[in-house]
Amino acid sequence: MTDNTIIKLTAAQIAEKIASGELTAVEVTEAHLARIEAVDEKVHAFLHVDREGALAQARAVDEKRERGEKLGPLAGVPLALKDIFTTEGVPTTVGSKILEGWIPPYDATVTRKLKAADVVILGKTNMDEFAMGSSTENSAFGPTGNPWDLTRIPGGSGGGSSAALAAYEAPLAIGTDTGGSIRQPAAVTGTVGVKPTYGAVSRYGMVAFSSSLDQGGPCARTVLDAALLHEVIAGHDPMDSTSIDAPVPAVVEAARNGSVAGMRVGVVKQFRGEGYQAGVIQRFDESVALLKELGAEIVELDCPSFDLALSAYYLIAPSECSSNLARFDGLRYGLRTGDDGTHSAEEVTSLTREAGFGPEVKRRIMLGTYALSSGYYDAYYGSAQKVRTLIKQDFDKAFEQVDVIVSPTTPTTAFPIGERADDPMAMYLADLCTIPTNLAGNAAMSLPCGLAPEDNLPVGLQIIAPVMKDERLYKVGAAVEAAFVEKWGHPLLEEAPSL
Amino acid sequence: MTTTTDLVSYEDALASYDPVMGLEVHVELGTKTKMFCGCSTALGADPNTQTCPVCLGLPGALPVVNATGVESAIRIGLALNCEIAEWCRFARKNYFYPDMPKNFQTSQYDEPIAFNGYLDVQLEDGEVFRVEIERAHMEEDTGKSTHVGGATGRIHGASHSLLDYNRAGIPLIEIVTKPITGAGERAPEVAKAYVRELRELIRALGVSEARMEMGQMRCDVNLSLMPKGADKFGTRSETKNVNSLRSVERAARYEIQRHAAVLSSGGTIVQETRHFHEDTGSTTSGRVKEEAEDYRYFPEPDLVPVAPSREWVEEIRAALPELPLVRRNRLREEWGISGTDMQAILNAGALDLIVATIEAGADAASARKWWMGELARSANESGKALDELAITPAQVARVTELVASGDLNDKLARQVIEGVLAGEGTPDDVVEKRGLKVVSDEGALTAAVDEAIAANPGVAEKIRGGKVAAAGALVGAVMKATRGQADAARVKELILQKLGVSEG
Amino acid sequence: MPGITREEVAHLARLARLELKPEELDHFAGQLDDIIGAVARVSEVADQDVPPTSHPLPLTNVMRPDEVRPSLTPEQALSGAPAQEQQRFKVPQILGEE
Ligand SMILES: [Mg+2]
Ligand SMILES: [Zn+2]
Repeated sequence: MTDNTIIKLTAAQIAEKIASGELTAVEVTEAHLARIEAVDEKVHAFLHVDREGALAQARAVDEKRERGEKLGPLAGVPLALKDIFTTEGVPTTVGSKILEGWIPPYDATVTRKLKAADVVILGKTNMDEFAMGSSTENSAFGPTGNPWDLTRIPGGSGGGSSAALAAYEAPLAIGTDTGGSIRQPAAVTGTVGVKPTYGAVSRYGMVAFSSSLDQGGPCARTVLDAALLHEVIAGHDPMDSTSIDAPVPAVVEAARNGSVAGMRVGVVKQFRGEGYQAGVIQRFDESVALLKELGAEIVELDCPSFDLALSAYYLIAPSECSSNLARFDGLRYGLRTGDDGTHSAEEVTSLTREAGFGPEVKRRIMLGTYALSSGYYDAYYGSAQKVRTLIKQDFDKAFEQVDVIVSPTTPTTAFPIGERADDPMAMYLADLCTIPTNLAGNAAMSLPCGLAPEDNLPVGLQIIAPVMKDERLYKVGAAVEAAFVEKWGHPLLEEAPSL
Repeated sequence: MTTTTDLVSYEDALASYDPVMGLEVHVELGTKTKMFCGCSTALGADPNTQTCPVCLGLPGALPVVNATGVESAIRIGLALNCEIAEWCRFARKNYFYPDMPKNFQTSQYDEPIAFNGYLDVQLEDGEVFRVEIERAHMEEDTGKSTHVGGATGRIHGASHSLLDYNRAGIPLIEIVTKPITGAGERAPEVAKAYVRELRELIRALGVSEARMEMGQMRCDVNLSLMPKGADKFGTRSETKNVNSLRSVERAARYEIQRHAAVLSSGGTIVQETRHFHEDTGSTTSGRVKEEAEDYRYFPEPDLVPVAPSREWVEEIRAALPELPLVRRNRLREEWGISGTDMQAILNAGALDLIVATIEAGADAASARKWWMGELARSANESGKALDELAITPAQVARVTELVASGDLNDKLARQVIEGVLAGEGTPDDVVEKRGLKVVSDEGALTAAVDEAIAANPGVAEKIRGGKVAAAGALVGAVMKATRGQADAARVKELILQKLGVSEG
Repeated sequence: MPGITREEVAHLARLARLELKPEELDHFAGQLDDIIGAVARVSEVADQDVPPTSHPLPLTNVMRPDEVRPSLTPEQALSGAPAQEQQRFKVPQILGEE
């Protein structure tokens, strides 16, 4: 099998071929490393490629197979890991200068689970610094290009992960989603991304941005691949107090049995209007029509509190981040600036943080410091927490009437790199549709639903499920995906220009 | 620093002002592991050997609450007659400090686990004073910094500092009183008695050894004065880390005198933290901050709320041991001693030793006698605490047993104790090695009695004449001749018998 | 809500330990003002009788038994330290309180 064939395989296919002996894990890994070598200079999806570690893991998988030992469900499948998860012995930067060169002494739970499942970790992917952003332009190590058009953003914060998938550098990737950082990159790169229910995937070892919103999740090119990865990384972790102590929903089974027949699908009136690109709305409306065709009942929903979601998010996330990022003080790890014998520890901390953090991180730290400071707490942080309750209540009411909700994932397709760089409010609008689920904690997926006619760029369809009903995403997602592929005659990604 | 601070005499201060105190005590729990991670809390480990991603605040690490830490907090809360929250949370207290790895302290803010209690404390004369408790909450300790290059490890003038995070994350319970008013001139005494009573309580609960000298219990003394008759509190000073009972009393006393001097000369007290100096008994101003701290508390998003079920709380309440004041009152009655006697025992730190000695078989009176007499004297001479003496309650009990059986008399018993303290072995070893046995050989004793009568004919004559009391002199002579090893009562009997008189 | 002044930005920067440059103070003052102006809408619900939500899921009483787990080795603990001495993290002179 040629390298070019291997890299187009799905994770499910690769796992099957390795298990059957048709391919070795080393062959698969080498094919992907070669692809990275060939295209990543242009795409810049990776911050660090762990060639030796990946090959060693691949060899271990092959040896395991030769010995006749039981292999994990994704044994030998290469994966691109967002650089927000700690990896023992492998650099972890979170896209920030302040952690440049840091080599963690421990593995995140997600890293540990991937290794235990015999997944081959190719390296660490680029991201907006500390996951703050919707374009990956905020990475301290330069932007990532969207494989559909390298002058455009691949989404963010997990743009490295989505670009790696779309550029066939890896069949699987891990992202984290605080306000849409898995789903929005998936939408603008024509890939699949899932934010599981909050607490489904351990946050231990996932560098915190906003603790009550952050959630790791699977990124893939197909719904089934996402489900296979979901099953590997989810599950209770005693090291994370907010981890759900319940069985992982049967997501793989759901992905293998896609169907929407008889399901009630909600369309929220707040998820359209000003700021939405016409082509995005067009593809979304077609998706709703498709769902109806496939046997779903469409229900109109009113969720008035969603109009306040973005505002609540931009108070809660910065507040939590202002505290979470306080530990980066130049004293125990990472960058230290100004330690020349003339500055005190306090001054060195301030100089280090000034030099080590980029403008968006500073902006959010300042914003959060303001929102939590005495005299403002009740008006800002306190009110935002109330909005959160209202959003949960709106979702609760909605899910009394429907099984899932659908919406566009993002109001627009991928915008050009640099376009919104110094307009934070414009940038924040990219997460308009994804944020409510982060605030309420429920699960959501983005999958491709076509190209916008005006720019021929991918549009994402968002599916939202209630808390701990993650399997519904896959059931609906698989049905929609199959119908679209049948309609298009091929997966959407095949329409992307070759690199 | 040679700044001098004006003071007015304590009496003058109290003549014009009423002190108001607030005491904040931090207790390090004796759990096996830290509050939010599984690192050991054992003392004396090499630097940074008891740390992990969580307590080092490494990126990505998350806390998980120690169940025993919560249970200990509830035990303390219940013992302090507090209400226990049905639902409470941890909160982050945000401020930067190098010995705090996350640059926030995981603590509790407006939702403490225990609140609204009181502790009755007994003053030296037996008077009971009720101290109201505002709250007791859970939090974590910081690491330790060593300052290098300056004078004697002080921060001032140091060139750099070295940080050891073994202590970072050890569970702390912070216990805060409501403003203590109405203590008047006895305020410093109340402060000391409160901290002592709290220490006894913590120890009785078994949640910490609460050794102040080891930093396991630390006290902040907040103090303000208001003019006599006023009802509005004055501005307070916060004297941090006052780390012995005596210092608590001295710090309160000093601050009363200092505040009075400032106020009576028309000045105003600045709200500030102050440091207490053991050597001089005075306090000095801490670094003045250019702007007020704003801790930006908010609910800790990495932890979920603690909602102790009422069943659990009642289970813990039912398992509480007898509390120190109750126990002391019970023992005082059982032993039939006065409040003053009991206070003396407490002040000497002898209570638990006496109880242990009784439990080892001694009668209460003897146990008290030895610990408060011979042993207290010895401890005093050697500058040690009673429990640091090289003798165990069981050994003291053995000595009392030997006395009760007539094998030793008091004088010999003192020598046995001296031997034990000198490291000569158990009481039986000392008796054996030093040959300290009451002489009970009648022949030897009779000979010694005869000798004494012969050597003191005048005295013998008096006794024969009915002056029984004079026998003491002959007894003394016999005891001297037998090097104290005779049973004095038997000697007296023999003398009277020989001289043909009877006592009764 | 009041506009955010340059002085206020400087105060926030001190709280957050950011040694902002003068031009950053101006820049952030404008941007923070815009953002706060936009998100201040949440205070519409300030008077509503709604309980605040701090956690997305209603979990309580997640605790671990008081059992010792292995710590890092001191070499691991100090592996990222910009400077170390005597198995401790070495930091510049601390100005804080004693
Ligand atoms: Mg405290
Ligand atoms: Zn630890």
